[in-house]
Amino acid sequence: MSNYLHSGLPSPVAAGDGLDRQFWDGLREEQLRLQRCRSCRGWQWGPEFCCHHCRSFEVGYEATAAEGTIYSHQRVWHPVHPALADQGPYVIVLVELPMAGNVRIVGNLLGDPRQPLQIGAPVTGVFEHHNDHEPAFTLLHWKGRD
Amino acid sequence: MSIERTLRGKVAVVGVAETEYYKWGQSPEPEFKLALRAVLAACADAGISPAQVDGFSSYSNDRSEASHLAAALGTDELRVAVMQWGGGGGGAAAAVANAAAAIATGQAECVVVLRALAQGQFGRFGQGPRVATVSGNGAHSVPYGLMSAAQMFAMRVTRFMHDHDVHQNALRAVALASYRHAQNNPRALMYGRPLDEADYDASRWIVEPFHLFDCCQENDGAAAMVLVPADRAKDFPHRPCYLMGAVSGSHRGAGASVHNDPTYATASFTTVAPRLYEMAGVRPADVDVLQSYENFTGGVVMAMVEHGFCAPEEVNQFFRLENFVAPGGRLPLNTSGGNLAEAYMHGLGLTIEAVRQVWGESTNQVPDADVSMMIAGPMVTPVSSCIFGSQATQ
Ligand SMILES: [Zn+2]
Repeated sequence: MSNYLHSGLPSPVAAGDGLDRQFWDGLREEQLRLQRCRSCRGWQWGPEFCCHHCRSFEVGYEATAAEGTIYSHQRVWHPVHPALADQGPYVIVLVELPMAGNVRIVGNLLGDPRQPLQIGAPVTGVFEHHNDHEPAFTLLHWKGRD
Repeated sequence: MSIERTLRGKVAVVGVAETEYYKWGQSPEPEFKLALRAVLAACADAGISPAQVDGFSSYSNDRSEASHLAAALGTDELRVAVMQWGGGGGGAAAAVANAAAAIATGQAECVVVLRALAQGQFGRFGQGPRVATVSGNGAHSVPYGLMSAAQMFAMRVTRFMHDHDVHQNALRAVALASYRHAQNNPRALMYGRPLDEADYDASRWIVEPFHLFDCCQENDGAAAMVLVPADRAKDFPHRPCYLMGAVSGSHRGAGASVHNDPTYATASFTTVAPRLYEMAGVRPADVDVLQSYENFTGGVVMAMVEHGFCAPEEVNQFFRLENFVAPGGRLPLNTSGGNLAEAYMHGLGLTIEAVRQVWGESTNQVPDADVSMMIAGPMVTPVSSCIFGSQATQ
Protein backbone atom coordinates (compact mmCIF):
# COMPACT_ATOMS: atom_id res chain seq x y z
CA MET A 1 0.00 0.00 0.00
CA SER A 2 1.38 3.38 -0.95
CA ASN A 3 1.66 6.20 1.51
CA TYR A 4 -0.91 9.00 1.69
CA LEU A 5 1.51 11.80 0.83
CA HIS A 6 4.34 11.64 -1.69
CA SER A 7 7.69 10.87 -0.14
CA GLY A 8 10.27 13.57 0.48
CA LEU A 9 8.76 15.49 3.39
CA PRO A 10 10.95 15.84 6.48
CA SER A 11 10.85 12.68 8.62
CA PRO A 12 9.81 13.01 12.25
CA VAL A 13 12.37 12.16 14.90
CA ALA A 14 11.97 12.24 18.65
CA ALA A 15 12.92 15.56 20.22
CA GLY A 16 16.40 15.82 21.67
CA ASP A 17 14.95 16.52 25.11
CA GLY A 18 13.21 13.14 25.06
CA LEU A 19 9.79 14.67 25.64
CA ASP A 20 7.94 12.88 22.85
CA ARG A 21 10.09 9.75 22.42
CA GLN A 22 7.40 7.46 23.86
CA PHE A 23 4.87 8.83 21.41
CA TRP A 24 7.02 8.00 18.40
CA ASP A 25 8.08 4.62 19.82
CA GLY A 26 4.40 3.83 20.41
CA LEU A 27 3.44 4.55 16.81
CA ARG A 28 6.11 2.06 15.65
CA GLU A 29 4.24 -0.54 17.70
CA GLU A 30 0.83 0.60 16.40
CA GLN A 31 -0.10 2.10 19.73
CA LEU A 32 -1.16 5.68 20.45
CA ARG A 33 0.61 6.78 23.62
CA LEU A 34 -0.04 10.25 25.01
CA GLN A 35 0.95 12.09 28.17
CA ARG A 36 -1.01 11.44 31.32
CA CYS A 37 -0.30 12.86 34.74
CA ARG A 38 0.42 10.31 37.46
CA SER A 39 -0.72 12.76 40.13
CA CYS A 40 -4.07 14.08 38.87
CA ARG A 41 -4.65 11.56 36.02
CA GLY A 42 -5.21 14.40 33.55
CA TRP A 43 -4.28 13.91 29.91
CA GLN A 44 -2.33 16.52 27.99
CA TRP A 45 -0.99 17.02 24.50
CA GLY A 46 1.40 18.32 23.09
CA PRO A 47 3.94 17.00 25.49
CA GLU A 48 5.28 19.11 28.34
CA PHE A 49 7.61 18.46 31.26
CA CYS A 50 4.96 19.21 33.85
CA CYS A 51 1.21 18.75 34.05
CA HIS A 52 -0.68 21.89 33.12
CA HIS A 53 -3.60 20.81 35.32
CA CYS A 54 -1.75 20.29 38.63
CA ARG A 55 1.88 21.27 37.80
CA SER A 56 3.23 17.90 38.84
CA PHE A 57 6.40 16.73 37.13
CA GLU A 58 5.19 13.13 37.44
CA VAL A 59 3.94 13.02 33.87
CA GLY A 60 4.08 9.69 32.05
CA TYR A 61 2.70 8.14 28.89
CA GLU A 62 -0.34 5.91 28.57
CA ALA A 63 -1.80 4.09 25.61
CA THR A 64 -5.21 5.22 24.41
CA ALA A 65 -7.52 4.11 21.63
CA ALA A 66 -6.90 5.67 18.23
CA GLU A 67 -10.56 6.61 18.02
CA GLY A 68 -11.82 10.14 17.84
CA THR A 69 -13.87 12.75 16.05
CA ILE A 70 -12.91 15.44 13.57
CA TYR A 71 -12.50 18.68 15.54
CA SER A 72 -11.51 20.66 12.44
CA HIS A 73 -10.06 20.03 9.00
CA GLN A 74 -8.31 21.56 6.04
CA ARG A 75 -8.13 20.63 2.38
CA VAL A 76 -4.76 21.78 1.06
CA TRP A 77 -4.35 22.84 -2.57
CA HIS A 78 -1.17 24.91 -2.71
CA PRO A 79 1.98 22.79 -2.43
CA VAL A 80 4.00 24.01 0.54
CA HIS A 81 6.98 21.76 -0.13
CA PRO A 82 8.68 20.54 -3.32
CA ALA A 83 7.79 16.95 -2.41
CA LEU A 84 4.12 17.91 -2.74
CA ALA A 85 4.42 19.66 -6.11
CA ASP A 86 2.48 16.92 -7.92
CA GLN A 87 0.44 15.77 -4.94
CA GLY A 88 -2.79 17.57 -5.75
CA PRO A 89 -5.23 18.28 -2.94
CA TYR A 90 -4.94 16.44 0.36
CA VAL A 91 -6.75 16.56 3.65
CA ILE A 92 -5.45 17.25 7.14
CA VAL A 93 -7.68 16.64 10.13
CA LEU A 94 -7.44 17.74 13.72
CA VAL A 95 -8.77 14.79 15.68
CA GLU A 96 -10.21 15.12 19.17
CA LEU A 97 -9.74 12.07 21.39
CA PRO A 98 -12.65 11.69 23.85
CA MET A 99 -10.98 8.77 25.59
CA ALA A 100 -7.89 10.85 26.33
CA GLY A 101 -9.39 13.94 27.88
CA ASN A 102 -10.33 15.45 24.50
CA VAL A 103 -6.76 16.26 23.58
CA ARG A 104 -6.18 16.68 19.85
CA ILE A 105 -3.68 15.40 17.34
CA VAL A 106 -3.00 16.18 13.69
CA GLY A 107 -3.11 13.62 10.88
CA ASN A 108 -4.24 13.05 7.33
CA LEU A 109 -7.71 11.78 6.43
CA LEU A 110 -7.41 8.80 4.11
CA GLY A 111 -9.63 8.39 1.09
CA ASP A 112 -10.70 10.69 -1.73
CA PRO A 113 -9.05 14.06 -1.10
CA ARG A 114 -12.17 15.73 -2.50
CA GLN A 115 -14.52 13.96 -0.09
CA PRO A 116 -16.92 16.10 1.95
CA LEU A 117 -15.46 16.98 5.35
CA GLN A 118 -17.60 17.08 8.46
CA ILE A 119 -16.67 18.40 11.87
CA GLY A 120 -17.79 15.87 14.46
CA ALA A 121 -17.48 12.86 12.17
CA PRO A 122 -16.06 9.78 13.93
CA VAL A 123 -12.66 8.56 12.71
CA THR A 124 -10.39 5.68 13.52
CA GLY A 125 -6.61 5.57 13.36
CA VAL A 126 -4.53 3.94 10.63
CA PHE A 127 -0.80 3.44 11.20
CA GLU A 128 1.40 4.20 8.20
CA HIS A 129 4.86 2.68 8.53
CA HIS A 130 7.86 4.21 6.83
CA ASN A 131 10.27 1.32 7.21
CA ASP A 132 12.60 2.29 4.39
CA HIS A 133 13.74 5.42 6.25
CA GLU A 134 16.71 5.62 8.59
CA PRO A 135 15.56 5.98 11.27
CA ALA A 136 12.26 4.33 10.42
CA PHE A 137 9.10 6.04 11.65
CA THR A 138 5.34 5.61 11.70
CA LEU A 139 2.62 8.20 11.08
CA LEU A 140 -0.93 8.03 12.43
CA HIS A 141 -3.62 8.76 9.85
CA TRP A 142 -7.39 8.58 10.11
CA LYS A 143 -10.28 7.12 8.19
CA GLY A 144 -14.02 7.53 8.53
CA ARG A 145 -15.81 5.24 10.98
CA ASP A 146 -19.50 4.32 10.94
CA MET B 1 -1.17 57.11 47.55
CA SER B 2 -2.59 54.96 44.81
CA ILE B 3 -0.94 55.09 41.44
CA GLU B 4 -3.10 54.82 38.37
CA ARG B 5 -1.60 52.03 36.30
CA THR B 6 -2.49 52.79 32.70
CA LEU B 7 -0.93 53.89 29.46
CA ARG B 8 -3.93 56.06 28.65
CA GLY B 9 -2.85 59.52 27.60
CA LYS B 10 0.77 58.98 28.67
CA VAL B 11 2.49 59.04 25.29
CA ALA B 12 2.02 60.53 21.85
CA VAL B 13 3.03 59.47 18.37
CA VAL B 14 4.86 62.32 16.68
CA GLY B 15 6.43 60.78 13.59
CA VAL B 16 5.89 57.86 11.23
CA ALA B 17 7.55 56.69 8.06
CA GLU B 18 7.99 53.75 5.79
CA THR B 19 10.49 52.98 3.06
CA GLU B 20 9.28 52.18 -0.39
CA TYR B 21 7.56 48.81 -0.24
CA TYR B 22 8.74 45.97 -2.46
CA LYS B 23 7.50 42.59 -3.51
CA TRP B 24 9.10 39.74 -1.59
CA GLY B 25 12.82 39.52 -2.23
CA GLN B 26 12.81 42.61 -4.45
CA SER B 27 14.44 45.12 -2.10
CA PRO B 28 17.51 46.60 -3.77
CA GLU B 29 18.95 47.26 -0.31
CA PRO B 30 19.80 45.05 2.67
CA GLU B 31 17.39 44.78 5.54
CA PHE B 32 19.41 46.78 8.07
CA LYS B 33 19.82 49.63 5.60
CA LEU B 34 16.04 49.69 5.16
CA ALA B 35 15.69 49.88 8.94
CA LEU B 36 18.05 52.85 9.09
CA ARG B 37 16.16 54.62 6.32
CA ALA B 38 12.82 54.10 8.06
CA VAL B 39 14.08 55.40 11.41
CA LEU B 40 15.67 58.45 9.82
CA ALA B 41 12.53 59.20 7.83
CA ALA B 42 10.33 58.85 10.93
CA CYS B 43 12.61 61.27 12.83
CA ALA B 44 12.40 63.70 9.91
CA ASP B 45 8.62 63.35 9.95
CA ALA B 46 8.66 64.28 13.64
CA GLY B 47 11.15 67.06 13.09
CA ILE B 48 13.64 65.67 15.59
CA SER B 49 17.29 64.76 15.39
CA PRO B 50 17.98 61.01 15.34
CA ALA B 51 20.47 61.71 18.14
CA GLN B 52 17.49 62.17 20.48
CA VAL B 53 16.17 58.65 19.99
CA ASP B 54 16.93 56.76 23.19
CA GLY B 55 15.02 53.55 22.73
CA PHE B 56 13.90 50.93 20.23
CA SER B 57 10.96 48.56 20.46
CA SER B 58 10.23 45.76 18.04
CA TYR B 59 8.67 42.30 17.69
CA SER B 60 8.75 39.07 15.75
CA ASN B 61 12.48 38.66 16.39
CA ASP B 62 13.37 41.64 14.24
CA ARG B 63 16.97 41.31 13.14
CA SER B 64 17.76 45.05 13.20
CA GLU B 65 19.12 45.01 16.71
CA ALA B 66 18.70 48.04 18.95
CA SER B 67 22.33 48.59 19.95
CA HIS B 68 23.41 48.28 16.35
CA LEU B 69 20.80 50.83 15.29
CA ALA B 70 21.81 53.23 18.06
CA ALA B 71 25.48 53.02 17.10
CA ALA B 72 24.87 53.26 13.37
CA LEU B 73 22.54 56.24 13.77
CA GLY B 74 24.76 58.02 16.28
CA THR B 75 22.13 58.36 18.99
CA ASP B 76 23.29 60.08 22.15
CA GLU B 77 22.30 57.31 24.53
CA LEU B 78 20.38 54.02 24.50
CA ARG B 79 17.96 53.65 27.41
CA VAL B 80 15.57 50.89 26.38
CA ALA B 81 15.78 48.00 23.94
CA VAL B 82 12.58 45.98 23.96
CA MET B 83 11.64 42.88 21.99
CA GLN B 84 8.16 41.39 22.23
CA TRP B 85 8.21 37.61 22.24
CA GLY B 86 6.25 35.77 19.57
CA GLY B 87 6.34 35.41 15.83
CA GLY B 88 4.37 36.91 13.00
CA GLY B 89 2.63 40.18 13.72
CA GLY B 90 1.05 39.37 17.06
CA GLY B 91 3.41 41.84 18.70
CA ALA B 92 2.75 44.82 16.45
CA ALA B 93 0.63 46.68 19.01
CA ALA B 94 2.62 45.22 21.90
CA ALA B 95 5.70 46.95 20.51
CA VAL B 96 3.79 50.22 20.92
CA ALA B 97 2.69 49.18 24.41
CA ASN B 98 6.24 48.33 25.43
CA ALA B 99 7.62 51.58 24.04
CA ALA B 100 4.87 53.52 25.78
CA ALA B 101 5.47 51.71 29.05
CA ALA B 102 9.13 52.66 28.94
CA ILE B 103 8.23 56.30 28.39
CA ALA B 104 5.39 56.36 30.92
CA THR B 105 7.66 54.94 33.63
CA GLY B 106 10.43 57.40 32.97
CA GLN B 107 12.86 54.92 31.45
CA ALA B 108 13.08 56.71 28.10
CA GLU B 109 12.11 59.93 26.38
CA CYS B 110 11.93 59.08 22.69
CA VAL B 111 11.34 55.51 21.57
CA VAL B 112 11.15 54.26 18.00
CA VAL B 113 8.93 51.29 17.15
CA LEU B 114 10.47 49.48 14.23
CA ARG B 115 10.01 46.59 11.81
CA ALA B 116 12.29 45.82 8.88
CA LEU B 117 11.98 42.98 6.39
CA ALA B 118 14.12 41.93 3.47
CA GLN B 119 13.17 38.32 3.28
CA GLY B 120 15.06 37.64 0.09
CA GLN B 121 18.14 38.10 2.20
CA PHE B 122 17.01 35.77 4.97
CA GLY B 123 14.49 33.25 3.67
CA ARG B 124 10.78 33.14 3.54
CA PHE B 125 7.98 32.85 6.08
CA GLY B 126 5.38 31.02 4.07
CA GLN B 127 7.19 27.86 3.04
CA GLY B 128 8.05 24.67 4.82
CA PRO B 129 11.44 23.49 5.92
CA ARG B 130 13.90 21.98 3.43
CA VAL B 131 15.43 19.53 5.86
CA ALA B 132 15.65 15.75 6.11
CA THR B 133 14.21 15.42 9.60
CA VAL B 134 12.00 17.44 11.90
CA SER B 135 11.66 17.23 15.68
CA GLY B 136 9.73 18.97 18.43
CA ASN B 137 6.36 20.55 17.65
CA GLY B 138 7.00 20.44 13.91
CA ALA B 139 7.33 16.65 13.99
CA HIS B 140 3.63 16.46 14.87
CA SER B 141 2.46 18.40 11.82
CA VAL B 142 5.11 18.73 9.07
CA PRO B 143 5.11 15.02 8.06
CA TYR B 144 1.35 15.37 7.46
CA GLY B 145 1.95 18.27 5.06
CA LEU B 146 1.03 20.97 7.58
CA MET B 147 3.80 23.57 7.62
CA SER B 148 2.75 26.96 6.21
CA ALA B 149 1.22 29.83 8.15
CA ALA B 150 -1.98 29.58 6.10
CA GLN B 151 -2.28 25.95 7.15
CA MET B 152 -1.57 26.68 10.79
CA PHE B 153 -4.59 28.98 10.95
CA ALA B 154 -7.00 27.40 8.46
CA MET B 155 -8.45 24.93 10.93
CA ARG B 156 -9.17 27.63 13.52
CA VAL B 157 -11.15 29.55 10.94
CA THR B 158 -12.92 26.45 9.66
CA ARG B 159 -14.02 25.58 13.18
CA PHE B 160 -15.23 29.16 13.76
CA MET B 161 -17.14 29.20 10.46
CA HIS B 162 -18.72 25.86 11.35
CA ASP B 163 -19.70 26.89 14.88
CA HIS B 164 -21.37 30.12 13.78
CA ASP B 165 -22.45 29.35 10.20
CA VAL B 166 -20.12 32.03 8.83
CA HIS B 167 -20.07 32.21 5.04
CA GLN B 168 -17.14 32.64 2.69
CA ASN B 169 -18.49 36.08 1.70
CA ALA B 170 -17.49 37.41 5.13
CA LEU B 171 -13.86 36.60 4.41
CA ARG B 172 -14.26 38.05 0.93
CA ALA B 173 -15.49 41.38 2.31
CA VAL B 174 -12.24 41.79 4.25
CA ALA B 175 -10.15 41.20 1.12
CA LEU B 176 -12.28 43.56 -0.96
CA ALA B 177 -12.02 46.35 1.61
CA SER B 178 -8.24 46.23 1.62
CA TYR B 179 -8.01 46.25 -2.17
CA ARG B 180 -10.60 49.03 -2.45
CA HIS B 181 -8.63 51.31 -0.14
CA ALA B 182 -5.32 50.50 -1.81
CA GLN B 183 -6.61 52.09 -5.01
CA ASN B 184 -6.30 55.50 -3.35
CA ASN B 185 -2.92 54.86 -1.71
CA PRO B 186 0.08 55.35 -4.02
CA ARG B 187 2.33 53.58 -1.48
CA ALA B 188 0.29 50.40 -1.84
CA LEU B 189 1.73 47.55 -3.85
CA MET B 190 -1.79 46.84 -5.17
CA TYR B 191 -2.36 50.48 -6.17
CA GLY B 192 -3.84 50.30 -9.66
CA ARG B 193 -4.73 46.62 -9.22
CA PRO B 194 -8.35 46.50 -8.06
CA LEU B 195 -10.09 43.33 -6.94
CA ASP B 196 -13.78 42.57 -7.34
CA GLU B 197 -16.10 39.79 -6.17
CA ALA B 198 -15.64 37.77 -9.35
CA ASP B 199 -11.83 37.95 -9.12
CA TYR B 200 -11.98 36.71 -5.56
CA ASP B 201 -14.43 33.91 -6.29
CA ALA B 202 -12.38 32.74 -9.26
CA SER B 203 -9.07 32.78 -7.40
CA ARG B 204 -7.50 29.46 -6.53
CA TRP B 205 -7.65 27.83 -3.15
CA ILE B 206 -4.46 27.93 -1.11
CA VAL B 207 -5.95 25.88 1.67
CA GLU B 208 -9.67 25.85 2.38
CA PRO B 209 -11.17 28.20 3.55
CA PHE B 210 -8.50 30.58 2.18
CA HIS B 211 -8.47 31.65 -1.43
CA LEU B 212 -5.35 33.32 -2.78
CA PHE B 213 -6.79 36.74 -1.90
CA ASP B 214 -7.44 35.75 1.70
CA CYS B 215 -3.69 35.46 2.26
CA CYS B 216 -1.29 38.34 2.85
CA GLN B 217 1.59 39.00 0.55
CA GLU B 218 5.16 38.73 1.71
CA ASN B 219 7.04 41.96 1.19
CA ASP B 220 10.29 43.79 1.74
CA GLY B 221 10.54 47.18 3.36
CA ALA B 222 10.77 48.89 6.72
CA ALA B 223 8.60 51.14 8.83
CA ALA B 224 9.10 53.18 11.99
CA MET B 225 7.13 55.24 14.48
CA VAL B 226 8.37 57.80 17.03
CA LEU B 227 6.81 58.02 20.51
CA VAL B 228 7.40 60.73 23.12
CA PRO B 229 5.79 61.73 26.46
CA ALA B 230 2.28 63.09 25.98
CA ASP B 231 3.12 66.46 27.48
CA ARG B 232 5.35 67.11 24.48
CA ALA B 233 2.69 66.16 21.91
CA LYS B 234 2.00 69.73 20.84
CA ASP B 235 5.66 70.55 20.10
CA PHE B 236 5.68 68.66 16.80
CA PRO B 237 4.45 69.29 13.26
CA HIS B 238 1.56 66.79 13.28
CA ARG B 239 -1.67 67.10 15.19
CA PRO B 240 -1.45 65.40 18.60
CA CYS B 241 -2.09 61.67 18.50
CA TYR B 242 -2.24 60.02 21.91
CA LEU B 243 -2.08 56.38 22.85
CA MET B 244 -5.35 55.59 24.64
CA GLY B 245 -4.55 51.96 25.33
CA ALA B 246 -2.33 49.10 24.27
CA VAL B 247 -2.42 45.54 25.56
CA SER B 248 -1.14 42.10 24.66
CA GLY B 249 -1.41 38.50 25.72
CA SER B 250 -3.77 35.58 25.21
CA HIS B 251 -6.20 33.35 27.07
CA ARG B 252 -5.30 30.34 29.21
CA GLY B 253 -3.61 27.60 27.23
CA ALA B 254 -3.41 29.54 23.96
CA GLY B 255 0.15 28.38 23.46
CA ALA B 256 -0.60 24.67 23.83
CA SER B 257 1.18 22.88 21.03
CA VAL B 258 -0.18 20.59 18.31
CA HIS B 259 -3.37 22.66 17.97
CA ASN B 260 -4.46 22.03 21.57
CA ASP B 261 -5.46 25.59 22.41
CA PRO B 262 -8.63 24.98 24.47
CA THR B 263 -10.27 28.10 23.01
CA TYR B 264 -9.29 27.10 19.52
CA ALA B 265 -11.80 28.84 17.25
CA THR B 266 -10.66 32.32 18.16
CA ALA B 267 -8.08 34.92 17.20
CA SER B 268 -6.70 34.89 20.81
CA PHE B 269 -8.30 38.23 21.82
CA THR B 270 -11.04 36.94 24.13
CA THR B 271 -9.23 38.20 27.24
CA VAL B 272 -7.12 40.86 25.51
CA ALA B 273 -9.84 43.00 23.94
CA PRO B 274 -11.75 43.67 27.19
CA ARG B 275 -8.52 44.91 28.77
CA LEU B 276 -7.94 47.22 25.83
CA TYR B 277 -11.36 48.83 26.17
CA GLU B 278 -10.97 49.13 29.91
CA MET B 279 -7.65 50.92 29.59
CA ALA B 280 -8.79 53.19 26.78
CA GLY B 281 -12.12 53.99 28.42
CA VAL B 282 -14.10 53.52 25.24
CA ARG B 283 -16.54 50.99 23.80
CA PRO B 284 -16.61 49.35 20.37
CA ALA B 285 -19.24 51.84 19.20
CA ASP B 286 -16.78 54.69 19.91
CA VAL B 287 -14.23 53.39 17.40
CA ASP B 288 -14.25 55.57 14.29
CA VAL B 289 -11.85 53.58 12.12
CA LEU B 290 -10.20 50.18 12.42
CA GLN B 291 -7.01 48.64 11.10
CA SER B 292 -7.20 44.88 11.65
CA TYR B 293 -4.22 42.76 10.70
CA GLU B 294 -4.91 40.46 7.80
CA ASN B 295 -2.46 37.60 7.88
CA PHE B 296 -5.52 35.72 6.66
CA THR B 297 -8.99 37.23 6.31
CA GLY B 298 -10.61 34.70 8.60
CA GLY B 299 -8.46 35.98 11.43
CA VAL B 300 -9.83 39.46 10.88
CA VAL B 301 -13.38 38.16 11.22
CA MET B 302 -12.64 36.46 14.53
CA ALA B 303 -10.56 39.37 15.85
CA MET B 304 -13.33 41.85 15.11
CA VAL B 305 -15.91 39.63 16.80
CA GLU B 306 -13.67 39.36 19.85
CA HIS B 307 -13.29 43.14 19.89
CA GLY B 308 -17.07 43.41 20.03
CA PHE B 309 -17.83 44.94 16.64
CA CYS B 310 -20.48 42.31 15.99
CA ALA B 311 -21.69 39.04 17.49
CA PRO B 312 -20.62 35.82 15.81
CA GLU B 313 -24.18 35.32 14.60
CA GLU B 314 -24.11 38.78 12.96
CA VAL B 315 -20.97 38.20 10.92
CA ASN B 316 -22.70 37.39 7.64
CA GLN B 317 -24.73 40.61 7.85
CA PHE B 318 -21.97 42.89 9.12
CA PHE B 319 -19.10 41.72 6.92
CA ARG B 320 -20.13 43.49 3.73
CA LEU B 321 -17.87 45.71 1.69
CA GLU B 322 -20.11 48.78 2.01
CA ASN B 323 -19.77 48.66 5.80
CA PHE B 324 -15.99 48.79 5.59
CA VAL B 325 -15.29 51.46 2.96
CA ALA B 326 -14.07 54.92 3.99
CA PRO B 327 -15.27 57.53 4.47
CA GLY B 328 -18.93 56.60 4.91
CA GLY B 329 -18.94 52.93 5.93
CA ARG B 330 -20.19 51.89 9.36
CA LEU B 331 -16.64 50.88 10.34
CA PRO B 332 -13.99 51.81 7.77
CA LEU B 333 -11.50 48.94 7.77
CA ASN B 334 -7.86 48.73 6.68
CA THR B 335 -7.91 52.14 5.07
CA SER B 336 -4.34 52.03 3.71
CA GLY B 337 -4.92 48.74 1.91
CA GLY B 338 -3.63 46.78 4.86
CA ASN B 339 -1.37 43.79 4.79
CA LEU B 340 -3.23 42.40 1.79
CA ALA B 341 -2.93 45.32 -0.57
CA GLU B 342 -0.61 48.01 0.82
CA ALA B 343 2.26 45.89 2.09
CA TYR B 344 2.99 43.27 4.71
CA MET B 345 5.22 44.96 7.28
CA HIS B 346 3.94 42.53 9.91
CA GLY B 347 1.39 45.13 10.91
CA LEU B 348 3.46 48.25 11.48
CA GLY B 349 1.95 49.67 8.30
CA LEU B 350 -1.46 49.26 9.93
CA THR B 351 -0.29 50.95 13.12
CA ILE B 352 1.01 53.85 11.09
CA GLU B 353 -2.29 54.10 9.22
CA ALA B 354 -4.17 54.20 12.53
CA VAL B 355 -2.05 57.21 13.51
CA ARG B 356 -2.49 58.91 10.15
CA GLN B 357 -6.26 58.66 10.58
CA VAL B 358 -6.01 60.60 13.86
CA TRP B 359 -3.74 63.13 12.18
CA GLY B 360 -6.21 63.51 9.30
CA GLU B 361 -3.52 62.41 6.84
CA SER B 362 -4.84 59.12 5.44
CA THR B 363 -5.32 58.57 1.72
CA ASN B 364 -8.77 57.22 2.72
CA GLN B 365 -9.49 59.70 5.48
CA VAL B 366 -12.43 59.13 7.80
CA PRO B 367 -13.89 62.48 8.91
CA ASP B 368 -13.23 63.31 12.56
CA ALA B 369 -11.40 60.09 13.30
CA ASP B 370 -10.95 60.66 17.03
CA VAL B 371 -10.72 57.02 18.11
CA SER B 372 -8.58 54.83 15.89
CA MET B 373 -7.93 51.16 16.66
CA MET B 374 -5.28 48.76 15.45
CA ILE B 375 -5.54 45.00 16.00
CA ALA B 376 -2.34 42.99 15.51
CA GLY B 377 -1.62 39.49 14.20
CA PRO B 378 -4.71 37.42 15.00
CA MET B 379 -4.58 33.70 15.89
CA VAL B 380 -1.02 33.67 17.21
CA THR B 381 0.00 34.10 20.83
CA PRO B 382 0.66 36.58 22.26
CA VAL B 383 -1.56 38.93 20.26
CA SER B 384 -1.99 42.64 20.88
CA SER B 385 -4.15 45.61 20.03
CA CYS B 386 -4.10 49.34 20.65
CA ILE B 387 -6.18 52.50 20.34
CA PHE B 388 -5.00 55.97 19.39
CA GLY B 389 -6.97 59.11 20.09
CA SER B 390 -7.10 62.72 19.02
CA GLN B 391 -6.93 65.75 21.29
CA ALA B 392 -10.70 65.42 21.68
CA THR B 393 -10.26 62.18 23.60
CA GLN B 394 -7.99 63.65 26.24
ZN1 LIG C 1 -1.60 16.63 36.95
